[in-house]
Amino acid sequence: MAATNAIGRMLDSDLWWSFKRSPVTVLSAIVALVCIGGAVLAPLIAPHDPFDLASLQLMDAFKPPAWSAEGDLTYLLGTDDQGRDMLSAIMYGARVSLLVGIFATLFATMLGVAVGLLAGYTGGLVDNVLMRVADIQLTFPSILVALLVDGVVRAALPREVHDQIALFVVIFAIGISEWPKFARTVRGSTLVERNKEYVLAARVIGISRARIMVTHVLPNVLGPVLVVATLNLGLAILAEATLSFLGVGVPPTQPSLGTLIRIGNDFLMSGEWWIAIFPGLALVAMVLSVNLLGDWLRDALNPKLR
Amino acid sequence: MPDATPRQAEPMLEVQDLARYFDVSRPWLQRVLAGEKRRVLRAVDGVSFSIPKGTTLSLVGESGCGKSTVARLVVGLYRPTRGRVLFDGQDLEQARADAAQRRRMQMIFQDPYASLNPRWRIRDIIAEPIRAFGLTPDKAAQTLKVQELLTQVGLSPQDGEKYPHEFSGGQRQRISIARALSSNPEFLVCDEPTSALDVSVQAQILNLMKDLQQRLGLTYLFISHNLAVVRQISDRVGVMYLGRLVELAPAETLFTTPRHPYTRALMEAIPDLEMSGRQRIPVGGEVPSPINPPPGCPFHPRCPLANARCRAEVPVLIPARSTPEALVACHAVEEGRDQPEAPLPAQRIGTTATAL
Amino acid sequence: MSDAPLLEVKDLRVEFPTRRGTLVALDGVSFSIAPGEVLGVVGESGAGKSMTGAAIIGLLEPPGRIAGGEIRLNGRRIDNLPYEQMRRVRGREIGAIFQDPLTTLNPLYTVGHQLIETMRTHLDLSAAEARARAISWLEMVGIPAAAQRVDSYPHEFSGGMRQRVVIALALCAEPKLVVADEPTTALDVSIQAQVIALLKRLAREKGTSMMLVTHDMGVIAETADRVAVMYAGRIAEIGPVREVVKHPKHPYTAGLMASIPPLDRKVEHLAQIEGAMPRLSAIPKGCAFNPRCPKVFDRCRHERPDLMDTGATHAACWLYDKVENYA
Repeated sequence: MAATNAIGRMLDSDLWWSFKRSPVTVLSAIVALVCIGGAVLAPLIAPHDPFDLASLQLMDAFKPPAWSAEGDLTYLLGTDDQGRDMLSAIMYGARVSLLVGIFATLFATMLGVAVGLLAGYTGGLVDNVLMRVADIQLTFPSILVALLVDGVVRAALPREVHDQIALFVVIFAIGISEWPKFARTVRGSTLVERNKEYVLAARVIGISRARIMVTHVLPNVLGPVLVVATLNLGLAILAEATLSFLGVGVPPTQPSLGTLIRIGNDFLMSGEWWIAIFPGLALVAMVLSVNLLGDWLRDALNPKLR
Repeated sequence: MPDATPRQAEPMLEVQDLARYFDVSRPWLQRVLAGEKRRVLRAVDGVSFSIPKGTTLSLVGESGCGKSTVARLVVGLYRPTRGRVLFDGQDLEQARADAAQRRRMQMIFQDPYASLNPRWRIRDIIAEPIRAFGLTPDKAAQTLKVQELLTQVGLSPQDGEKYPHEFSGGQRQRISIARALSSNPEFLVCDEPTSALDVSVQAQILNLMKDLQQRLGLTYLFISHNLAVVRQISDRVGVMYLGRLVELAPAETLFTTPRHPYTRALMEAIPDLEMSGRQRIPVGGEVPSPINPPPGCPFHPRCPLANARCRAEVPVLIPARSTPEALVACHAVEEGRDQPEAPLPAQRIGTTATAL
Repeated sequence: MSDAPLLEVKDLRVEFPTRRGTLVALDGVSFSIAPGEVLGVVGESGAGKSMTGAAIIGLLEPPGRIAGGEIRLNGRRIDNLPYEQMRRVRGREIGAIFQDPLTTLNPLYTVGHQLIETMRTHLDLSAAEARARAISWLEMVGIPAAAQRVDSYPHEFSGGMRQRVVIALALCAEPKLVVADEPTTALDVSIQAQVIALLKRLAREKGTSMMLVTHDMGVIAETADRVAVMYAGRIAEIGPVREVVKHPKHPYTAGLMASIPPLDRKVEHLAQIEGAMPRLSAIPKGCAFNPRCPKVFDRCRHERPDLMDTGATHAACWLYDKVENYA
């Protein structure tokens, strides 16, 4: 009952209406769904398991895509230097990329929202200090932060431990370099909301600061955060790809799209173009569709543009 | 300080020499670079009054006169720069620290579109004070109480399930009132509760507020810029100008024999529905900036009765000649230079007289 | 009035297409303004009074559009003019004053520049003549030290002074009609009184017709010759201001007048109209006022009344249907 009501409300909402009216958005949503579905379901639907060393045949190395003359139908998008199926590798790689992207964005969102809310609502010295920290953070490119964090972790921890936590290091590095965006967005909306009369009404009856921030202000500043988060997801995936391409990202045992492109890059000039191009195309499709969705969301939630 | 308050009722609220200044200087670095001094806005500057239990005191004045700042000081949203607020004989700060006292004061705001959290259901909005003060721990009793409050302000008990955007401005103001009443308060601060509403709806809300006051014995501090509204609801009225009270009088006295030249100018400025064909003489000039108030009486640049003393010496609130129940801060009234029965002199008024 | 009307609005219909169907914001609005006449348009928020003004000056906010009827200025249709032509009509023949002076004034130019620009676009004036006139206009609207202030920027004026500048700007090209939309609402009472007096005086001196849109009945009572009371996108009653204020015929007008709190006495219980004006998406069948009307009868719920002669005024109310009375 409640579920059908919720679906009914969604189908009737302005958001759904503006979604249906924009073919680009619908297309992006489909592409994004295919990418995400392929990534999430990789262990179930991928034709091969690229990590099963036993199944790898060096004989099958460097097979071109299935539609070219020497192609093999078992390897739709060809194979790499170790005979791994490119399609499967891309699906597993997208899984890693998406995982890093989502968790880095979540991390940045939570940190940024908390800081922005606190700075905006408290104001004064707290606001000054927190926002200066954010400014300083913004002057460090994410790659530099990632290199720094990675370097520290590498130096501090033994190799095996490092490989185990490498994924978290990447998530942390990307997340930490992107939280100021969220903090600024949230601080701006918080400054508007904190002077609204419903907040004053809560203060009159003596509701505590923390409670007002969480129950009153937070729900009303999350709209823009959703937009920033969606747009940021694409950026985080790209950042991860860049880091992995440079070799400071995820460990080679868990190749992401960036890692695949780096590997493929070695063979790009010697004719095996598919090893780099297909992961690259997958990356573009994923990032572009997510960004277009974010753009649509921003316009759809902006009452002035409606 | 003398007071026109009737002696029989105890004051619910007493305000003594209340002042609130705001620092409106530019940020430190910019200020130092530009060689500016600190700039202080004196929003409220030495206001005293008291409100006997069960009565309504209204504060009127134009925007920037400090009336809304007084409202916020009185419920503790701002801290006073100077002076004291006594709530039922107890210092406000102490009273605010005690939930049992805090429960007794509530506030209603101007903007019906900003005073309800858009993400909350009406029932949660109304129940927030009940939960905050732990008045009715039992869930079912809470629901009942919310439904009763909704009925009390003229809404349907089923409205509790809805969200604020489903209501009109007048209905939202009813919801705000229901919420304010939910902690069983005795003192309500109403900051322009009807000025965002259309007239026909304004009448509904004013009637509701009067009705509730009679039934529940509420004490109101009512803030408004609309003199006609103030006349309908007040027992006593204070007129504010540039952060000070210029006149404080029983409503009947104020509206029949306004004494301060500013009060009279305000009344003169209201368009006449009776269409007597009377030619109005609007007061000239504009309200000076509260950052740089004029010396002496703040109204002297616009006052037809101003003389050298008015330009130098700040008048204090004292009982007026011939209408001692009214407290007036005016040298001209004190010296008997005004003519309370005559209309304001038909001359060009003030230094910035316009071509009217 | 015997003169040919300056402005004639006939059966004006404004629609807003939305995804939930087309909202009719104005429906069958007809009135006229004679040369030199001040017509007040009152109503509560959402009644369509500002929309009527916007339709006349050709500044309806999209997606709103005129879907029917016609607007004639001096006998010439202006509701279907292309944008450029309408823009010329707007400065030269119709002046506009809005609630917020900052929407009219360009913050980047001095007020003098804006006055001169407007005058030279529409009138044949040399630069020096235009400047002299700009200064005299600022004097006329009561700006002290006009000769110096002419070179000030809008932000250097207070709110009341800005609205005076806007009035000068609206009148300087000597239009025959001024549409003033809530010109005093953003101002304090004492300033409001000054601005109303100024508008009234200038309109009389220049013989300008005025359409004064406001929610303040007091302003109308002081300023207008005739008044149109709007409700839910239609005119409920129109007539000489004294008649409408003192002897309202339409039950809505009567309720509206009674609910205005009086300044000269305290009443125990203010008259109130129950309920609220319907949203555009839920306008009741028949007379839009019928669910709130104390005098409602069966016909009101099914048939929509048009303006009918009540003697001194015209009211859209079946109580005044002569045909039925004769029958």
